[in-house]
Amino acid sequence: MSTTITPGTPAPDFAARAAGRGRVTFVRVLRAEWIKLRSLRSTFWVLVAAVFVVIALGLLVTSGTVDRWPDTGAAERARFSAPNASLTGLYLAQLAIGVLGVLVITGEYATGSIRATMSAVPHRLPVLWAKAAVFGAVTFVLMLVTSLIAFLAGQAVLSKEHIDVALGDPGVPRVVVGVALYLAITGILAIGVGAVVRNAAGGIAIVFGLLLVLPQVVQALPTAWQDHITRYLPSEAGQAFTRWHPSADALSPNTGITVFALYAAATLAAAAVLLRRRDA
Amino acid sequence: MITAEALTKRYGPKTAVEGLSFTVRPGVVTGFLGPNGAGKSTTMRMILGLDRPTSGSVTVNGRRYADHPAPLHEVGALLEAKAVHTGRSAYHHLLSMAATTGIPTRRVHQVIRMVGLDEVARKRVGGFSLGMGQRLGIATALLGDPATLVLDEPVNGLDPEGVLWIRTLLKSLAAEGRTVFLSSHLMSEMALTAEHLIVVGRGRLIADTSVADFIAGAAPDQVRVRTPDADRLRALLFGPEVRIATEERDVLEVSGVSSDDIGRIAAAHGITLFELVPHRVSLEEAFMESTRDAVEYRVGGPSVGTGATSAGTGPNTRPRTGPRTRGRAA
Ligand SMILES: Nc1ncnc2c1ncn2[C@@H]1O[C@H](COP(=O)(O)OP(=O)(O)O)[C@@H](O)[C@H]1O
Ligand SMILES: [Mg+2]
Repeated sequence: MSTTITPGTPAPDFAARAAGRGRVTFVRVLRAEWIKLRSLRSTFWVLVAAVFVVIALGLLVTSGTVDRWPDTGAAERARFSAPNASLTGLYLAQLAIGVLGVLVITGEYATGSIRATMSAVPHRLPVLWAKAAVFGAVTFVLMLVTSLIAFLAGQAVLSKEHIDVALGDPGVPRVVVGVALYLAITGILAIGVGAVVRNAAGGIAIVFGLLLVLPQVVQALPTAWQDHITRYLPSEAGQAFTRWHPSADALSPNTGITVFALYAAATLAAAAVLLRRRDA
Repeated sequence: MITAEALTKRYGPKTAVEGLSFTVRPGVVTGFLGPNGAGKSTTMRMILGLDRPTSGSVTVNGRRYADHPAPLHEVGALLEAKAVHTGRSAYHHLLSMAATTGIPTRRVHQVIRMVGLDEVARKRVGGFSLGMGQRLGIATALLGDPATLVLDEPVNGLDPEGVLWIRTLLKSLAAEGRTVFLSSHLMSEMALTAEHLIVVGRGRLIADTSVADFIAGAAPDQVRVRTPDADRLRALLFGPEVRIATEERDVLEVSGVSSDDIGRIAAAHGITLFELVPHRVSLEEAFMESTRDAVEYRVGGPSVGTGATSAGTGPNTRPRTGPRTRGRAA
């Protein structure tokens, strides 16, 4: 009699391959968030619009300045900042970046894709860091190029009245880079706000409130308090870094941008705590 | 292998899942059956670490989901149709999921072909039908070639061809030795796809049994009796194992007594019968029956959940006489 050897069920492919492959690493999460950011058409168009607006507004404001320059009084001439005039678009760009930052995270909650995201990265926090890093970096690079173009175009316009400055002049590089840095931090702050409220409308309202409404509210306070408070408001602190001639009431450029970055960091930290605690 | 131990989830005052314990074994398709609101989706979200259990625990292959270093290779999930950003294409959704765990683009194309989405893979998911969304969900679940699949209502919105496709796919995946756990509120679907059943109602376990046993246990045969003497016959048939429902004034739906016995009793008491029709309870009715006390949302009255035939006929259909002997089968 021969013994029959029953072949054991061969270990399935998937079991063999499961061992040691496909660890979730931060670099991989970064790559995933980069794919997500570049694969939404709406994001692409808002960014294009932001680039366009910053350059166009710079041309508009500098042309207006050149137009009126012969009639401009000495006091106003002294206050004029050629680099900031060409970068006026910052005030509109911050709204676009703020909205996009909120949508980067709330869009996932609104569509339910946050569940797919969190099932792929169950530790969750890498997703938040990666979103902030990718959106912050994309905003910084894109807005740095935009800022440079707007600056050069604006100075070309201003040169008709010989009131332009060169990129190498003292304090000018800080302004050009500062615009991009301010916008990148705005984007990260917006992601933090979005992750806390998980709702697009609410998130956008809060970001606009922080950047635009809060300074107005403080204007209504007694003058004695205003000076102490205003300079510490997020947008005031951050924009101190972007002004060629820092105003006397404002924080110094370096302190200002640090305070602004701390606001963003604190918001992101609050978002991280909630992200760990709440159901996805 | 999925193991839940005394799993409980409360949302504020609302208890969605209560003390649920079960094991889902590899090699067979296990159905997770329960009426809407029974806590199936909540349980599945807890399996995937998306919702935190209020108490109790659930593990996949011996570890909490989040403790697996490569979760997409361990568990593939279809949570709800189109858990995808509506502005993104199917291809980019899969590509971003794949990127988190280093799955090559080749595999993304492979799963797209597998679920038949080649034509629309580059289109925005926002324009997808529910069925296409389900196919994309399946593709996402299969991406990491996982040994365990957790699918929440995967046949929802699929056309008959799609339903057949998914049934065959799930069975073949189970036959390969994988753990396949899928939820549905449709018993008929489960009977065709699953071998094992975990039945829940109002967040509690009702049955953990093979499909065959569940049908046998939960479905008493019924006899339809039409007689002008319905009230008298009802009194004569009354007993602890007997349930009688009235659909029309002169019609009784009797379970717990055979048609032979009803005929004999009627003859012995001189009751005229116009109809005496034994019929097997459908799978759907068996399921309705077992979860009758556990249905959360009812339409039109307290007894609509007892069968498709009585749906929408008003609050007074099928009043239950006789004691409720069934309820918790497990
Ligand atoms: N996030 C939530 N917040 C509050 N209640 C919830 C939440 N998720 C589910 N529920 C409630 O828990 C119960 C179970 O829901 P669910 O798990 O979706 O059931 P099923 O998937 O079986 O239809 C329902 O009553 C539902 O309303
Ligand atoms: Mg559900």
